[in-house]
Amino acid sequence: MNIIVVGLSHHTAPVELRERLAVPESRMGEALTRLVSYSSVKEGMFLSTCNRVEVYAVVSNWEVGLTQVQDFLVSTHFSLTVDELFPHVYRYVDDATIRHLFRVSSSLDSMVLGEPQVLGQVKDAFELTLAHRTSGVILNKFVKKAISVGKAVRTQTRIAEYAVSVSYAGVELAKKIFSSLKDQTVLLVGAGEMGKLAARHLVNSGVKQIMVTTRNTHRALNLAEQFNGTVIPFEDFRSALPKADIVICATGAPYYVISTDDIQAAIRQRMNRPMFLIDISVPRNIDPAGKDVDNAFVFDIDDLKTHVGQNQEERRKEADKAEDLVKDEVDVMLSWIRGLEATPTIVALRQRAEEIKRAEVSKVLSRLEHISPKDQEAIEGLASAIVNKLLHGSLVTLKSEAQSKNGFAFIEAARRFFDLAEPDRTEESTSTIQEFQSLKTDRVGPGESSLPHQGLLENVKSQVNEHES
Amino acid sequence: MAETLIRVTMVLYFIGTMLFLIYLLRRSDFLSKGALAVAGLGFVFHTFANLARTINLGHIPIMTFQEAMSFFAWTLVLVFLGVALKRGLYVLGAFLLPLAFLSLVSARIAPTGTAAFQPVFETVWVHVTLSMLGTVGFAVAFVAGIMYLMQDRMLKSKQFNTLYVKLPPLDFLDSLNQRSILLGFPFLTLGILTGSLSAHMSFGSYMSWNSEQVWALVTWVFYFAVLLGRVTVGWRAKKAAYLTIVGFAAVILTFVGVVLKNQGPVSL
Repeated sequence: MNIIVVGLSHHTAPVELRERLAVPESRMGEALTRLVSYSSVKEGMFLSTCNRVEVYAVVSNWEVGLTQVQDFLVSTHFSLTVDELFPHVYRYVDDATIRHLFRVSSSLDSMVLGEPQVLGQVKDAFELTLAHRTSGVILNKFVKKAISVGKAVRTQTRIAEYAVSVSYAGVELAKKIFSSLKDQTVLLVGAGEMGKLAARHLVNSGVKQIMVTTRNTHRALNLAEQFNGTVIPFEDFRSALPKADIVICATGAPYYVISTDDIQAAIRQRMNRPMFLIDISVPRNIDPAGKDVDNAFVFDIDDLKTHVGQNQEERRKEADKAEDLVKDEVDVMLSWIRGLEATPTIVALRQRAEEIKRAEVSKVLSRLEHISPKDQEAIEGLASAIVNKLLHGSLVTLKSEAQSKNGFAFIEAARRFFDLAEPDRTEESTSTIQEFQSLKTDRVGPGESSLPHQGLLENVKSQVNEHES
Repeated sequence: MAETLIRVTMVLYFIGTMLFLIYLLRRSDFLSKGALAVAGLGFVFHTFANLARTINLGHIPIMTFQEAMSFFAWTLVLVFLGVALKRGLYVLGAFLLPLAFLSLVSARIAPTGTAAFQPVFETVWVHVTLSMLGTVGFAVAFVAGIMYLMQDRMLKSKQFNTLYVKLPPLDFLDSLNQRSILLGFPFLTLGILTGSLSAHMSFGSYMSWNSEQVWALVTWVFYFAVLLGRVTVGWRAKKAAYLTIVGFAAVILTFVGVVLKNQGPVSL
């Protein structure tokens, strides 16, 4: 059993390639189901953000698993070939995978160190995985841990302070086009998280007016209320384009919402007054050719990355601290996973049974000093027979089920039934759940229930714990 | 005395130019104050040079091409120091100071024939002063245009380098461009009118269609069109930047006209 990741990110692949791999939320179920239908893949999660597309999987054999997951990635888009994808893809196994996701959720792998979005995106990906039931004991534990590590890194180091996120780069760029943002009008197209964040920064920098347009009018009204702006009907937002000095485009549309012609017409109507367009969407929503229109300044996410790259150096020190934190957590996670292998569990189970048997036998024998060595042997034999008979069924089931889809759940259950866990482990896993629940509440607001399902055993365990306290 | 002072001025402007150029290309800001101090010191020497010359000549030294260029450079540096101190816009020095330096140099190497032109009419200095003030406006517009195009290029090519950091925002440069022309244009208009008047008083005709006059008229029409084009057909931003650079070429050709006319007075 191995945990692997196959993916590509802003470090390795251009936005053109990343956007082709992005899977819309509506098709995620289908994609995840297809992922776990590969013979080697037991559990799978698809993490797709503006900056990365990654597939995390628990596989029975890492070599086969890597190939299969890569096949899966190639087949997400009809026009992709292995040769095209191969040079941009990174593949990690076991501790490297764990380290990678921990770094991702901690924003250590982000364009902007300490940026807050990625943690939410990991949570979203995890929720989708849970909703489509493609995760199991290992992935659940692993991703929850990653989320709590992400949170810990943000609270225990100062990288979040430096979190001048990608969206803030938009404000800095705007200030190189407009000397004062107080006279500028912003048009927000779409309701993508990053777009909202960029708009929020601009509002905080004091823009004069904000117009909001989304396909869903209700959503637009909500946003307009948040930003104290006005709603533009999505059907004719292009007619409002010339009024906008700054346009933020962040929709989920897989095509160009704003074409070069739209930009050209707007600039003409603006009598050549410069316009600043930020495209935060992947796939892109503004035709990249719009960059060639005079007085139109179109920036996509990669451009923003180049912009924020400048002052990242000074943040490295805090990042080192965060890396140390991640490293410790990787070790903890790794030892937990190792415990889930079938063989060590069986060995531990035998050992435990042997211990109990020996203790009980010697207790009895100490009281029956008068019996002959032959009888002693018989008693020992009896104990051994009972233990072996009792264990035999469980061990056979464990051995066969370990190979099945729910193998790790069985092993985990066995470890708990026979109390094979390390003394501090149960405590820790419960705290992870609670942490995750509190993380989730942070984001969705109070009153929201916890996860749809997060592993029966763990739920029971935490309820028991609550009861006790 | 005046000669020594002007030489010191030139050396200081040159050093200032170099410092500003280094400042422009280095990330740190520490050179800005030093460069500004050198430019300021140069300006002080320049002022004393002008004073010394005024005392020597007994009138304001603005009768000859050399003197006119020196006045131009002096005003340019004055404008720069004003803007730099008021708005902290040091980066302008990297563009205006070299222009001032080059004006002083070009005045020296220009074929002036006899060192000084003959002042035909006493009030000709009014014409020269007004024209040169107009030129200062166009020079600042020209520099704003160059800076605009540079910043435009940086933004378009996504090169967020030191130049990008140091150059001011686009709309500031565009409005600097516009305001400079708006300020320079009335001066040029008055300069041309007074020049024409001086010519009438000296020679009896308002126009003699020499190269200086023709280029001056071309310049006037051009900047008039630029101002009009901004409000009517949107000649702003990048287009305005290009236009002011072209316009300044017309200004320079006017100067060449003055030099070629050579022996005559600056006016005619």
